[in-house]
Amino acid sequence: MQKFISLNGLVAPLDRSNVDTDAIIPKQFLKSISRTGFGPYLFDEWRYLDHGEPGQDCSNRPLNNDFVLNNDRFKGASILLTRANFGCGSSREHAPWALHDYGFQVILAESFADIFYSNCFKNGMLPIVLDAHKIEELFQATEDNPGFTLSVDLEFQQILTPSGEKISFDLDSYRKFCLLNGLDEIGQTLSHQKEIAAFERNHLEKHSWLNQEVR
Amino acid sequence: MAGKTLFDKLWESHEVRKNDNGTSLLYIDRQLIHEVTSPQAFEGLRINKRGPWRKDANVAVPDHNIPTKNRDKGVEDPVSKLQIDTLASNTAELGITNFDMSDPRQGIVHVIGPEQGITLPGMTIVCGDSHTSTHGALGALAFGIGTSEVEHVMATQCLVQEKSKNMLVRVDGQLKTGVTAKDLILAIIGRIGTAGGTGYAIEFGGGAIRSMSMEGRMTVCNMTIEAGARAGMIAVDQTTIDYVKGRNFTPSGPTWDKAVKYWSTLQSDDRAVYDETIVFEAASIKPMVSWGTSPEMVAPVDGKVPDASDPAKAEQTNNALKYMDLKPETPMGDISFDKVFIGSCTNSRIEDLREAARVVKGQKVALNISLAMVVPGSGPVKAQAESEGLDRIFLDAGFEWREPGCSMCLAMNADRLEPGERCASTSNRNFEGRQGQGGRTHLMSPAMAAAVAVEGHIVDVTKYYEN
Repeated sequence: MQKFISLNGLVAPLDRSNVDTDAIIPKQFLKSISRTGFGPYLFDEWRYLDHGEPGQDCSNRPLNNDFVLNNDRFKGASILLTRANFGCGSSREHAPWALHDYGFQVILAESFADIFYSNCFKNGMLPIVLDAHKIEELFQATEDNPGFTLSVDLEFQQILTPSGEKISFDLDSYRKFCLLNGLDEIGQTLSHQKEIAAFERNHLEKHSWLNQEVR
Repeated sequence: MAGKTLFDKLWESHEVRKNDNGTSLLYIDRQLIHEVTSPQAFEGLRINKRGPWRKDANVAVPDHNIPTKNRDKGVEDPVSKLQIDTLASNTAELGITNFDMSDPRQGIVHVIGPEQGITLPGMTIVCGDSHTSTHGALGALAFGIGTSEVEHVMATQCLVQEKSKNMLVRVDGQLKTGVTAKDLILAIIGRIGTAGGTGYAIEFGGGAIRSMSMEGRMTVCNMTIEAGARAGMIAVDQTTIDYVKGRNFTPSGPTWDKAVKYWSTLQSDDRAVYDETIVFEAASIKPMVSWGTSPEMVAPVDGKVPDASDPAKAEQTNNALKYMDLKPETPMGDISFDKVFIGSCTNSRIEDLREAARVVKGQKVALNISLAMVVPGSGPVKAQAESEGLDRIFLDAGFEWREPGCSMCLAMNADRLEPGERCASTSNRNFEGRQGQGGRTHLMSPAMAAAVAVEGHIVDVTKYYEN
């Protein structure tokens, strides 16, 4: 797994609530059997004026100039600022893959959908929950200050604004640990393999129908 | 002493260890696999030279990309074909059972699990698909996961999870005739919102749930994720046991008796404590239809498309009205349609098809409907429907009768809406572009969608039940 320690990056504002994973990466791109290459199709239906297909060269596609990521001001952004319930809908990990492939490493929102939130951490991305008032302030600051950046520090669970304001955020300690160290979670779990095997023996003996072979 | 909820019991019986940081290592009894969210997980195993921990705990089926007609021609889209072939080769390599396209048991993963007895009460069940919550209808703990977690379960038979909070949604009384499980869950989502269940596992209880069929319960649990909760569940009762009995992979003989004894304990204790309880009066629920681009944007059939007067929701409402090409205050009954889709993991089981057929019988598809299609949830559902003559009812009315798969619920195969087309759909998501770029989805029950097919616009289907 990829590490995340800290980041100083440009903020792009996506001023919508309930952004679903179908919007983040439309279904036709889910046909890929790879984990990479989704960045050009991130927010495809909002970003381009034509219909996109997997494998398509996006360099000459007509852009929707009203879409925020097509504004030159936000080119190279690595922090996405958005509203409530970001990432709702489907469990597709292609959504964090696409965001990460595009260049986003941090997402700031009022709230996230559970599965999406969990998926981010598996891919070296840090989703941060801030209260609605703080999110609103950051939207305002992003609008007022071209080139608005934030510094995010995972170790200290702190965001630093250009004016010197420190914003702290909460995070589950296990997720923080894995992300800081870029840990292979499967390897972590397998370090308990004796415990798992013992549990399993007892569990399958007690509930013997669970051993039914499906052929 | 406070009692335990069903969720507490399912959780505790699968807890391998508690970690210091508040998470638990949870044992997973069954993993269901489909072609879209698994290739990268198999690849991860290969790269790290890891095998499956317990291969028999996994069962695979292709469903998302599968064509629903002309199957003798195979999968024509080469990108879809590669994904389906990759599932076949990955599962063959690891010795995992795959119900491929030619298998009569093939169907939508969340339909075939319960149907085959692959998913059973008391199990922990995961799948790389958010609608895994469906299986909670059997008194199981079932939730959707991402691809990294699919790989994690394959390699370790476990997941590191933080326990969700407990929510009870209690539905008192009985639903009116013609009002279905779909209307109920749309009404619930309409009230609590698409993030109302975030961080919770939801148990559905009360008289209306107790008297609901297993198919109805699966519809309710299926859309739990649309209320933000990863898992929805319903306590085991005689309806559950009767449903499970005699299926292909359910136990028999003394093992059956032992299982039933255990399953019968899978209810919340009388004094169970929930973090949140929400109560609905079943009799007050009317047939529901979505008008917008989120499953919480719903109205009763005799209601109207809202205006954007609520300032907290104004922007969302305006975005949705624009995308849906609807004017505020439009009566729901004035909305007319281009296509009708009856299918998906929400509503493609035999009972759903019977409900729709009852409305369609002896009628014709309205002239403004360019395509009305029924996509059964599985091979066995299709065969059962045909043995009851339901296919003839649909075909005679002008519907298309297709092969099983996810189809136009998410339009990964050829079944999709064209830009601007409006569809009455029994599926679960009305997001922008979900059924095809620029397509407009209105979620509703199978009976309501059938009524749209024959009348061309939204009508209160309860009138079909008056005689």
